[in-house]
Formats: sequence, structure tokens, C-alpha cells
Amino acid sequence: MARALVNVPKVAQQGEVVEIKAMIAHPMETGYRIGPNGSNIPRDIIRRFACTYNGEAVFSADLFPAVSANPFIAFSLVATTSGTIDFTWTDDAGKTQTASATITVN
Amino acid sequence: MHEDPLRIYAGLVGRRQFLRAGMTALLAISLPRWAVARPSLEEAIRTFTGGANVLDGRVRLDLPPLVENGNAVGIAVVAESPMTEDDHVRRIAVFNEKNPEANVAVFHLGPRSGRAMVSTRIRLATSQVVVAVAEMSDGSFWSSRASAIVTLAACIEDLS
Repeated sequence: MARALVNVPKVAQQGEVVEIKAMIAHPMETGYRIGPNGSNIPRDIIRRFACTYNGEAVFSADLFPAVSANPFIAFSLVATTSGTIDFTWTDDAGKTQTASATITVN
Repeated sequence: MHEDPLRIYAGLVGRRQFLRAGMTALLAISLPRWAVARPSLEEAIRTFTGGANVLDGRVRLDLPPLVENGNAVGIAVVAESPMTEDDHVRRIAVFNEKNPEANVAVFHLGPRSGRAMVSTRIRLATSQVVVAVAEMSDGSFWSSRASAIVTLAACIEDLS
């Protein structure tokens, strides 16, 4: 669908709170803008963002047209065990884009 | 006898009524779709809380007071919470006062978040108030509001 960018620290201490940043290239067309032909440009937004840590849902977000183009979300997680953190973005058409990162917990 | 079909119609509806209906239809067409449909800020918050009382405090919404570009306004919401299994922030929602839609985003958190903090970038159509509401695990709601002056608005830029 689009290019996604995630930022997860490579190494963390057990129990440390780490900051996660996720961004995806997407126009987030609101559906309220008027196109050159005078009719509304159809809405096309990322509706949902979800994050799982070793398969367990830890964070998610419902997005609305008021979120800027190329939606950027920063949040935090507790580093519990080494593993992968997966990110999923879902758009209006139901298409999904995923990204993942690995974290090593000492 | 031959009757004009238009006259029959006019006689049935009445001229004034016919004019009034026409004016209403015209007004409905000329207004943008969102101008009639949008719920107010308070209504949107009530929908989110399910009618529960919203208290001030425990939440901080960071919003720049003067925004040059309404297309990308960085906001951060921090809630005071130990983020343990028994006491954590369940959801953080952001609402606006004057955009075409009242909702901005809803974030779902949990004890594994470690810290009740989210940040993102939003659109602001005009100078207005933005409200952040946090739902705690005990079912209470806390809010914080901030206002911003927007010099270049989102949503109205020309497409060229």
C-alpha cells in the first residue's frame, strides 16, 4: 500500500519503558476537499492502527480525517521479553500494510 | 374541459408553500455537507463517555498556541496514571471544536503501555479549542482543553 517507517530501540532493559514511533506514507484524503472538477475528492484515510508485541495486542488507535497526511503516532511500551513488535495500518478499503521490528531485552 | 397540469399542481400545493420548499432545497444544496451534520464538541464527548461525568485534571494536552500550518499540528497527550494492572488509562480520545468532524483520534492503551503518553499530528480547519479525554480503568473520565490560533487553515487549500 505505502511505505511505512517504524522506530523501535534495538536493545532495552527488562521492564524499561521504551518509546515507539510509527509513520506511514498516506494522503489521508478527508473527503471534504473540492477537486479541480468541482466535486468532492472521495475520502481515503487510514482508519485503524494496531501494534502487537509477540502477538499480543498492546496498543491501537482509531483515526479520523482530522489526522494529518502521513499519519505519525508515538507511544510507549514496557519492554518485557525479546521478540518482535508488529504494526498494522488498515485503510478505508480494508487494505492493510504491516511493518515489524525486533527488540532485544536484557 | 382542458386543465393545465401545472395549474393543478400549484393549486394542490399552494404557491407560497411551493416557494418555501424550493428555498429550503436550495439552502440544503448550497450548504456544505458537514455544516449541517456535525455534532458539537460536547455532544461528541458525551458519545465517547456514554454520558458519564468528565472531570478536569490528570490529563495534559500539549498544543501549540499559535499554529502556522493547520495541516500538521503536533499534539501530545499525557495522563497521570501508574499504568498498573489495577489502575491504568484505557483510552485517550481527542476532539476538536470546529473541524468538519468532531473526532480526531481514539487511542487504546493498557498496562503494557508503561506510560500514558501519545503524540501525533492533526489537522485544524480554523482557530479553535481541542479537548483530550482519558478514560481510566476505574471508569472515570478526565479531560484537558487547549486552544490554538491557526493562520493557515487545513482543508481549504487550492488544488493545483
